[in-house]
Order: sequence, then structure tokens, then C-alpha cells
Amino acid sequence: MSRVLIIAEHLNGQLNGATARCVSCATALNADAIDVLVLSDAGQAVAAQAAQISGVSKVLVADNAANAHAIAQVLAPQIAQAAAGYSHIFGASTTFGKDVMPCVAALLGVSQISDVMSVESSHSFKRPIYAGNAIITVNTPADKPVVATVRTASWPAAGNGGSASMESLSLSAALPVHTRFVSLQQGKSDRPDLQSAAKVVSGGRALGSAENFAIVYSLADKLGAAVGASRAAVDAGYVPNELQVGQTGKIISPELYIAAGISGAIQHLTGIKDAGTIVAINKDGEAPIFEVADFGLVGDLFQILPELEKAL
Amino acid sequence: MKILVGYKRVVDYNVRIQVKPDGSGVITDGVKLSANPFDDIALEEALRIRDKGLATEVVVVTMGPADCQAHIRNGLAMGANRAIHVVTDAAIQPLTAARAFLKLIEKEQPGLVLMGKQAIDDDANQTGQMLATLWGRPQATFAGAIAITGNSAQVTREVDAGLEILDIDLPAVVTVDLRLNEPRFIKLPDIMKAKSKPLETIAFADLGVESADFLETAHYAPPAKRSKGVMVKDVAELVAALKNKGLV
Repeated sequence: MSRVLIIAEHLNGQLNGATARCVSCATALNADAIDVLVLSDAGQAVAAQAAQISGVSKVLVADNAANAHAIAQVLAPQIAQAAAGYSHIFGASTTFGKDVMPCVAALLGVSQISDVMSVESSHSFKRPIYAGNAIITVNTPADKPVVATVRTASWPAAGNGGSASMESLSLSAALPVHTRFVSLQQGKSDRPDLQSAAKVVSGGRALGSAENFAIVYSLADKLGAAVGASRAAVDAGYVPNELQVGQTGKIISPELYIAAGISGAIQHLTGIKDAGTIVAINKDGEAPIFEVADFGLVGDLFQILPELEKAL
Repeated sequence: MKILVGYKRVVDYNVRIQVKPDGSGVITDGVKLSANPFDDIALEEALRIRDKGLATEVVVVTMGPADCQAHIRNGLAMGANRAIHVVTDAAIQPLTAARAFLKLIEKEQPGLVLMGKQAIDDDANQTGQMLATLWGRPQATFAGAIAITGNSAQVTREVDAGLEILDIDLPAVVTVDLRLNEPRFIKLPDIMKAKSKPLETIAFADLGVESADFLETAHYAPPAKRSKGVMVKDVAELVAALKNKGLV
């Protein structure tokens, strides 16, 4: 009998879409209860969004001024306390979940199962290792809590339409004061969020400069797409770090992925292999990206991208 | 201040990993082994902090089989002052590794622990966070910049939303991301020098660590392959194909 506690991810009063993907994963367990825990300084608005996710039984709200910013070592003792009575504790495999969930696992005396791709049974899961070049089936003992991060690209977002009850939760765990939030510098963008966008246009090193990336942004805007990039383009300083797609960046699963001037290093392909349709545009016909592309076009991206934008 | 650096040996990032036909593991016989690239970055950062006069000693820590010695010597050749090799043939899991690290911390009393945000073999991304938890000290994961002032550090973290800055008390655990620095190349004279640097070996069993290796890997499989698609000759053909699939 599984009882799942999902740690809600949120920022500025908005629930992150990754949380609904965790609910999908929990649903695959045929759980008796799927509860969502919102840790915040004022979590009502986020909790109300979580309560609408289909499949959620109950939303627990733990308000505390110390939770104003998501500091892993502050949140973890509270999560570990709230986890009593749950067989599974899930977080998304985002930088938030990757930061906090191992702390929870350590407090509960288990290693975490990172990046759950599929649920085989309540205590057996598949996950990728070696940048997705091998998929392992991991069995966990039934007498210990399962702490896991959910690989969001492997799970659709559970729909809305639920009306879970909301409860406030008072947690007494002692919280450390050794860590202070200073700032969060966010790229301002009206474009869709890269992690959850249905369409993504990505650029690579071949763009050559930050200025040249304008043609990627322009095509993305025509498509209503998010913008991504290869590690090479981020390392070169063409675009900020949060646009990186791949093993160590974001793992995404859009319906349409257009890779422009990206050769297709294995670490990048790891981040896109769950995309619905992959389009590759590259001047090198031998580039490995063409091995995974549904549609490949060999040519100069500086001609092709504007032409494509015009043709849409 | 002393800095402890986690320095794991993994299958080199250029190796194309093959799953054994019987699903019992991946083929590691004869493949090139190297330092986890993230750990190389952690070590480089430790050396830069020391060379700025903010730390006095850099100690590299490896947990692995007896034949890890050449790997550890590389860490010393890069510039670490000394090394600790915790010898174990078992593929210890993150919580066990964190417990073992904690034992070393109790002995070494470092002011800072640096390690890669993840190892590129099991891609777990857990040990640093677990260590900070067990130690009761701050953590700053996915570091893209570290600035130490006195007894605290400002760490810029590469997070999904952008760049977050945390101010943490020391001692602390910081796990590093790709863009923190570019590790130096090892020069031949440094390899010679490394041979005389102190390397302490400790049998894992002698640490007195309670194992937490509860996860059992039952099966290895290659990933599902995407089938190769078609090449289109021009933009018009591409647009037609995408329209046909209802994507544009």
C-alpha cells in the first residue's frame, strides 16, 4: 500500500509544472494517497494550484518565514518530519529537487533513486546512468522509505480538474541558520519556459556570437517556442546558463525540437531524446545530430533559419 | 584552512558505454578510466583558493579499488598537497560514501569540502548534499562561482531559473558545476613531484562506517533507440513535413 508525498516546487507564488509530472509518476504506483507538501512563507496560492492537479488527495501547507527561499538544508528537516507515514517521497529532477531530495534521503537513512523514468512496481524503478547510455532497473527494500527524484521528461503533466483538500501543517523540526539567500538573477523572458515548452528552438556553437543568436530567438518567437542551447553555446557566453539542454542542463521533451548548428554530442542528445519530433539543421552532413533527427537539413543555418521563419 | 576534495575515478567521458548482452552490467574491461570531470573542476577550484592564500592545504579523497593509485597520483600531480585513498572494491552507494566522508571530516576538520555535482558514471548527484546533511553544515550545489571571505563564502549557483547567490557559513560542502573554471593540464615535472607526496590508504572497513547500500541493480539495458529519420532537401520540404505532422 503506497502513500506518496510529493514536494511542491514553486517560485514567486507559481507552482512549477514539474510538480504535476511527479503526480503522474506517483499515479503509476497505484498509490492509496498522493499528497503534496508546499513549503513556503505564504503557501496558500501555491497550494490552491496544487489542489487542482488531478490525482492529488491532499495538499499540506507548511508556512514558515524560514521557507521564503528554497534553502535545501532548511527544507529537508521539515520534509523528513512530514514524511512520517509515507512510503514514497518524490521531488522533481530539477535543480530544486536535485538539491533538496538527497538531504531528505540522508535524514531518512536511504540513498535516493535519481531520475525515475518508469515505475515497474512499488519498489522497482528504471533510471538512466552514464548520460542515458544505459538504463538500469533498481529494486529497493520494501521496509524502507523510497526517496526519489522524478525525471520530468519521462512523465506527462497530470491534468487539472482535481479538488484536493488543503490542510496546514505545523512542523517543529529545528532549522539551521547557517545559510542566507542573497539573490536570484532570472533571465527576463516572455517566451515559454524551456522545461515545459511544447516547442523548442536551440542553437549551438555554430551561431558564433551572442548577437547572431537573434535569428534563433526570432524563429522561436514565430513558432511560439522556447529557446535552448548546447553546452558549447553557453560556455562561449552566447546565452545564459539556464538555456543549456543536456546531461548537465535541462532534460526536455517538447513535441518539436529544432537544433540549429548543434553537432549532437552524446551529452546533448541525452537532453532531447524524449522529444516528439527532432529537426536538425547543420552544415556538416556527418554530424551525429542527424542520427537522431526525424528531419535533417544540411546547409547554412544563417540562410535556413530566416527562410524557415518566413515560410511559416 | 584545509580543503577536502572528492576525487572519483570513472569511465572516461569519451567512452561509448556498451551494456553487456546478458544485462548484468556495462562493459568496463579495457576502457579508459579518468577523473570525474566535475571532480577535476572541484580540485582546480581548491588549488586556486589555496594559491590565493585562502587555504593552506588541499587533500584529495578517492574511494575505490586498490588500482586507483595512478588516478590519485594525477590529483597530486595537479597540485594537491596530499591524498587519502579509501580502499574498497564495492560500488558504494551515495549515502555510504557520505558516511565515509564524514569519518574523514571528523579526522581532518576541513574548512571546506569541494566535489563534483555528480559523477558521470551513476549520475546520482547525491553525495555532497548527503554529506552536508549528516555533517549539519551548509551546502551550495551546482556552483558557478565561489568567493570566500573570512568564515563565510558567497556561492553563485546555476539553477533552472537562472543564477542564485547563497551566503554560507564555513565549514560547508560546495558541489561544483561545469563553468566554475577550466582545470589545468598536468605537466611532466609535476607527475615526478607527485610520486613523493603523501598518500594515505585506509581500508574502508577500518572507517567503521555502517553501510547503507540498500539499492539493488537488477538489470542493465541499452536505451531505446530513436529511429533515423529522413533528410529533406530544402526549407519548403521541411515545412511541408512539419505541417503534415501538425507541428506548425
